Amino acid sequence: MASATSPPREREAGSGAGPARAGAPPEKSEQEFQADFDAAVAADERIEPRDWMPDAYRATLVRQIAQHAHSEIIGMQPEANWITRAPSLRRKAILMAKVQDEAGHGLYLYGAAETLGADREELLDKLHSGRQKYSSIFNYPTLTWADVGAIGWLVDGAAITNQVPLCRCSYGPYARAMVRVCKEESFHQRQGYELLLALSRGTPAQRAMAQDAVDRWWWPSLMMFGPPDEASSHSARSMAWKIKRHSNDELRQRFVDICVPQAESLGLTLPDPELTWNAERGHWDFGPIDWQEFQEILKGNGPCNAQRLEQRRRAHDDGAWVREAAAAHAAKQRSRPVEPPAHQERQPAGAHTAAPRAARSGDR
Amino acid sequence: MTATAPPALALLPPADDALVLSHRLGEWAGHAPVLEEEVALANIALDLLGQARALYAELRDELGSEDEIAYLREERAFRNCQLVEQPNEDFAHTIVRQLYFSAYQLPLHHRLASCVPVAAKAAQETAYHLDHAEQWTLRLGDGTEESHARMQRAADALWRYTGELFEPIEGLDIDWHGLRAEWSGTLTDVFGRAGLTVPDGPGTGAWSAGAGRQGLHTEPFGRMLAEMQHLHRSHPGASW
Amino acid sequence: MTGTDWPLWEVFVRSRRGLSHTHAGSLHAPDAHMALRNARDLFTRRSEGVSLWVVPAGEITASSPDEKDPFFEPAGDKPYRHPTFYEVPEGVQNL
Repeated sequence: MASATSPPREREAGSGAGPARAGAPPEKSEQEFQADFDAAVAADERIEPRDWMPDAYRATLVRQIAQHAHSEIIGMQPEANWITRAPSLRRKAILMAKVQDEAGHGLYLYGAAETLGADREELLDKLHSGRQKYSSIFNYPTLTWADVGAIGWLVDGAAITNQVPLCRCSYGPYARAMVRVCKEESFHQRQGYELLLALSRGTPAQRAMAQDAVDRWWWPSLMMFGPPDEASSHSARSMAWKIKRHSNDELRQRFVDICVPQAESLGLTLPDPELTWNAERGHWDFGPIDWQEFQEILKGNGPCNAQRLEQRRRAHDDGAWVREAAAAHAAKQRSRPVEPPAHQERQPAGAHTAAPRAARSGDR
Repeated sequence: MTATAPPALALLPPADDALVLSHRLGEWAGHAPVLEEEVALANIALDLLGQARALYAELRDELGSEDEIAYLREERAFRNCQLVEQPNEDFAHTIVRQLYFSAYQLPLHHRLASCVPVAAKAAQETAYHLDHAEQWTLRLGDGTEESHARMQRAADALWRYTGELFEPIEGLDIDWHGLRAEWSGTLTDVFGRAGLTVPDGPGTGAWSAGAGRQGLHTEPFGRMLAEMQHLHRSHPGASW
Repeated sequence: MTGTDWPLWEVFVRSRRGLSHTHAGSLHAPDAHMALRNARDLFTRRSEGVSLWVVPAGEITASSPDEKDPFFEPAGDKPYRHPTFYEVPEGVQNL
């Protein structure tokens, strides 16, 4: 990592392109850079990829965005576990589209991380070797179909509560990725709620399945907001930088307040005997969270930690020959001097597909 | 080509093809060789599932709701070709299966477009599926020694399931010879540019020509259906 | 770029006819054709676009934030380029 005085990276949107310099500007001092940065954050302006930023800000963002991206792609697994068993064609389509969205969200987020000079391949490597984390929630297993609903309602619900404020995060590319993610995720939570509602109004066996899933996913989703404020090491600084806008406990409370009436409408019970309305605070009080369990899972001792990472690594390793072959083909094409590659000029066999062509100025 | 709508039951084989292939592609979720391909394979799977559902809707009077058709028939009642039920294996097998099938499905949809409205929309999707398979075939056939070998192996292994694609489906009054010629033309062209050899031989096993269309399937299909239908069948009459 | 590392492409989407292409994000692909395909799948799966551009990220030349002042400040003191600079007598319309 460059020292704080080094010039901003010559990267826009992750490219290695240097800017065309029109005469070097007078050197700014570190203090001036820092002052500009502080002023921009204070004025609620966005920091953009090639702006000067403190090294610690960059490192925090890379860590957070990478972890977020990893969570999206590991998060595909517990739900993909049910794609082949979805009990109706309608549900099968919804679930496939949702899991696909998660891959898409992972891509948006890796893209945002790449604007900070982190390479996706490197980040994946850190995930695969356990040097970077993903959200612990995905280390719980999906045991029944109702778990797909509980994940949509509670896990995506908690994620949205966390993510909506990130749309105003001080780092531009992250904020923009989150706007896209939040827009697309709104269907995720709804489909989960609708799924549970169908079960809750269904046969006794379906109803029991739904209640069991909510019992198992409620506490882990509360843990998704992270440790209590007094124990959260990075929170204060991230709030000062406007990467984070609300504290863990604030968001957790907001989530509980949203869920209680929703559970009621579902006709399901949240597994916390201490849930009571506190008129004085204007919020729902809830029981203590088992942080011991949280810590254990974080350490790698959750029910699915090993399995999730193993599947991810295997997919990556098994795919190596495919990525390699495509890169090799592209390299060969570049070194073949004769006419443009045949497959881009010809209509794809089978006619009617207009082969997409490179955008030309005439297309403006 | 006739513009008279075919008897509804004639649409069952293409509908089952779409459902079964969609299911197989859905198995890739979380296992694709690169993230971009997670999104691409899911898009194709969703297109195919949409096609299957639209076709099942045409069969409602004969066979019941889409879920009854998909979840409550026994293996022997499925009319999909054996090609689409073959397991994913490696990415090369999946791509060759896509190529063989899309190169058949596209001209089929073109022929049905005038009398089956669903087919007209599906043809656009299928054109995209064929392009996807073609692009990957070109890259993997040409890329590295390993990718070339894997593709040729997959092309040879799946070849025996291609013959039945051209066994006429009862009630579909189309020019099957022309369809086959178009299919062969596509394959010869794509394989030629990818540096792959079009396999020799009749494109059938010893006894199985047209067998999928008659409800005779390969062993992996029974296990696939068991997985697909288990939950639905465990709760008779429930709605989801 | 290592053997299996695909280059980065910037994606621009025209959301509907009559609008310019707008930067949507980036993705990896081995070549331009696959970049377009991937962009179609990733950025237009909810019918967000009618046309796509993909550009190798390394080919973009960008102005530097260091040069923000010399680049963009000089335009700041020419308010006469904007219609609001001019006084319009009350009652005069369509000007």
